[in-house]
Amino acid sequence: MDWSHSLRLIAPEELLSISGLVLLLVAAWAGDKASRTISVLCVAALVGAGVLVAPALCAGAMGPDTVAFSGQFRADAFASFAKLLIYGAAAASLMVAPAFFERVGAMRAEYPLLILFAALGGGIMVSATDLLTLYIGLELNSLASYVLAAFLRSDERSAEAGLKYFVLGALASGILLFGMSLTYGFTGTTAFAGISAALDGGLTMGATFGIVFVLAGLAFKIAAVPFHMWTPDVYEGSPTPVTTFFATAPKVAALALTMRVALDAFGGQDGAWRQIVVFAALASIVVGALGAIGQRNIKRLMAYSSINNVGFILIGLACATAEGASAMLVYLAIYVAMTLGGFVAILMLRDAEGQPVEAIADLAGLSRTRPMLAAGLAMVMFSLAGIPPLFGFWGKFVVFQAAVQAGLVPLAAIGIAASVIGAFYYLKIVKVMYFDEPADKVAGGSDWAHRFLLLATSLFISPLGYLLTKWLGSLADAAAAALFVAV
Amino acid sequence: MNGFPILTLMLAVPLAAAVACLFAEARAARTIALLATLVDFVLGVLLWVNYDIGGAQWQFTERVELFAGFSYALGIDGIALMLIMLSVFLMPICIGASWNSIEKRVGEYMAAFLLMETLMIGVFAAQDLYLFYIFFEAGLIPMYLIIGIWGGSERIYASYKFFLYTLLGSVLMLIAMLWMANEAGTTDIPTLMAYDFDPKVQTWLWLAFFASFAVKMPMWPVHTWLPDAHVQAPTAGSVILAGVLLKMGGYGFIRFSLPMFPEASAQFAWLVFGLSMVAVVYTSLVALVQHDMKKLIAYSSVAHMAIVTIGLFAFNPQGLEGSMIVMLSHGLVSGALFLSVGVIYDRLHTREIDRYGGLSINMPYYALFFMLFTMASVGLPGTSGFVGEFLSLAGIYQVSSWVTAVCTTGIILGAAYRLYLYRRVAFGEQKNADAAAMPDLDWREWAMMAPIAAAVLWMGIYPESFLAPMRQDIAALDARVARAKPAGDAQIKAGKPKEAAAEAHTAHEGAH
Repeated sequence: MDWSHSLRLIAPEELLSISGLVLLLVAAWAGDKASRTISVLCVAALVGAGVLVAPALCAGAMGPDTVAFSGQFRADAFASFAKLLIYGAAAASLMVAPAFFERVGAMRAEYPLLILFAALGGGIMVSATDLLTLYIGLELNSLASYVLAAFLRSDERSAEAGLKYFVLGALASGILLFGMSLTYGFTGTTAFAGISAALDGGLTMGATFGIVFVLAGLAFKIAAVPFHMWTPDVYEGSPTPVTTFFATAPKVAALALTMRVALDAFGGQDGAWRQIVVFAALASIVVGALGAIGQRNIKRLMAYSSINNVGFILIGLACATAEGASAMLVYLAIYVAMTLGGFVAILMLRDAEGQPVEAIADLAGLSRTRPMLAAGLAMVMFSLAGIPPLFGFWGKFVVFQAAVQAGLVPLAAIGIAASVIGAFYYLKIVKVMYFDEPADKVAGGSDWAHRFLLLATSLFISPLGYLLTKWLGSLADAAAAALFVAV
Repeated sequence: MNGFPILTLMLAVPLAAAVACLFAEARAARTIALLATLVDFVLGVLLWVNYDIGGAQWQFTERVELFAGFSYALGIDGIALMLIMLSVFLMPICIGASWNSIEKRVGEYMAAFLLMETLMIGVFAAQDLYLFYIFFEAGLIPMYLIIGIWGGSERIYASYKFFLYTLLGSVLMLIAMLWMANEAGTTDIPTLMAYDFDPKVQTWLWLAFFASFAVKMPMWPVHTWLPDAHVQAPTAGSVILAGVLLKMGGYGFIRFSLPMFPEASAQFAWLVFGLSMVAVVYTSLVALVQHDMKKLIAYSSVAHMAIVTIGLFAFNPQGLEGSMIVMLSHGLVSGALFLSVGVIYDRLHTREIDRYGGLSINMPYYALFFMLFTMASVGLPGTSGFVGEFLSLAGIYQVSSWVTAVCTTGIILGAAYRLYLYRRVAFGEQKNADAAAMPDLDWREWAMMAPIAAAVLWMGIYPESFLAPMRQDIAALDARVARAKPAGDAQIKAGKPKEAAAEAHTAHEGAH
């Protein structure tokens, strides 16, 4: 084993771990006063890690050169793509946080560090090519997330969210571990390559159960129906910057991980899991859309919206082709931008006392009191609904294109017809903001970081985003190709 | 004009003006919008003047590989040219119609309208399947906002209904488009128009496109969004809806359903005929009992559009030409009728027919214009309506006498409800004092009505100007669908004339 090669490949993880540990010590000594400085340093560390990761993506790295630690870990273009999204989303969640927490007097130095460790865990998840690495990354990510959900200690809803997330997350981890042990028992190995080779010989009953349990555990992490029940409560209860993080980085990590497991480890047996994925996709689209209709809280609505979006992404997985994987990555990139934009806009909704405004009814007439904010939020909503010319349409477009190319026309037709149900509640937000009489609940004034992020994401999801399709498409193609290269 | 990207310029002018309007105050926004639409109209005239009749099928083509998976490809044939002309002609009039009646959020209103103009021109000029879809669908957003923000009392229900109905229709079309692009390996519309899809698959593809265009058209029974949307939209919104947006459905049939799926079109022709026959009779009867002027005109639009669909699926040049002229004529006439309603609505703020009466006494010029447009809508010879309806019905007569018979009743019923409307509004006693006190047209309203009246008469008296650019494209379309042409039911057998009489006849002919 060539240690220096392996250590070079995990350079981004090393950078994040070392900066995380050093900053933890700084936090211990300097206390909460230093939390803004630590946030800045954490963003810098994430940017640094992003710089280290990017070359692999641009070069389309794949094959044996990307394997570290004898097949435990792989730093290929696919992992780089997902990591860039994770680091970007984590950095954005750090930038929006200080303004929020300082208002409630709860900005503590642990927040940036927990985000940093969660991002590190996410990075390990997407690079994992062994069930053990997978589990380490997943737990690193999850444990940090449980704490983050309960970060507002004095707030009952936040504590409830943390507890709920922890109990259900632990259950999901148990299911996942059970599936992993079954898989190990029936294939004799924990390495993805080995599992794939063993399953090529045929599928035993035990291995099928292993696949089902592993996918069920992962479905919990990506909040796919029928393992989605925790999402609305956790999204609503967690502090909004944390929700921003939950809806983006861990979701990317878990989805990329699911892709790696399904297409690499279980890649030879796509017939065995396709039905599961098809069911989860359609059920997520429908439940996500129907569940959102009655919501009065905008964070809960966004939770259902994320369930809905996961359904569309899973349609790409059901294709089990390189085009499908590429489409999922494009969708993920656009999804992250839309979700960030949406939550930043929600963070900017505050009443005169600086308290967050979360009830949808309080947004009434926002277009007249805060026109730019309303326009940004409306764009996010239309984009999430997948209405051209906004960029959200492109994500749905590539996913459905992949499904049609893979011959899954009925799936695509049902999925897209169900997306009309979703359009209904996105329109509701626009209606409340633009058609109703002003409620004058939302007061002015926003942090520059919020304005900047909202502007950046709005530009990305505006029709100008289409100019990026070539570039985004070729990167996603390179990443997806890396996923399908056998080592 | 060779190589000059005039179509892109026509898309860019309203778009840039829309952005400018967003940041401008009310008065400036109105001026910017009017100037931009007038500039676009001038560009449209240039386009028409430079259009080479009898030249290449696709002219003013532009193609840039800007995006992944599809290209920025524009180009027009005669059919698209005429519909673009209709759009750019109506737009300045719409801006004029909203000059005083829109008071709140003028900048956003004008921006939404200018954006609509860009998207409408884009729909007719797009030569790439996905580019077309993007323009086609994107129109939902500004129209949703126009109905929802500036509409009448029931505007929210109407805006939802409009948006969701049309969206549901369109998404299935997207799946069909994806399949077609995958099968044919191209997204270029001219290439696809010559591509022969397997007839079995055509059935499904046709149905998917039909779902979208039938809603947009709108055909019975999916027309119910139209009366709601029309009635609640502000005047200019109704004009654009009736004038141009409905034409997108007909354009879709001409551009996609017929040339791309000829066999399936023939197979489903009777479905279209059936729905159209119901629409003509049913919606005309419904229109007869309306109390709301806008609703009446909305139902009459559905009846007119049914004449368009039967003409399209007649599979012969007369029918196709007739449908195009009905579309153009209906765009002008129904737009003008909505304007006429808008003129008196601005004065009395009600659309209730009974609140008016005897307007020809105090508003003679108004009554004159209203009369002209009513007659054009009925299809009086000399107006544009006659040419279109006559050609359409002549086309369908070659296919089926029964369909013709049923659809012709639409003309009689149409005359009934329109003249009934006219009598109640313009003639009779002046029973309402406030209606009797209304002033006649001012110069702004003259400037809106007169051009449309001129165009209606021009199209009625000399339709050749409008038919000439389209003739070659319609002939090409006719040749394309010829292989699936249904046999007509009128199997005319030439009888055997008597020897002597025949000779006399020939002699008579020769004498001419």
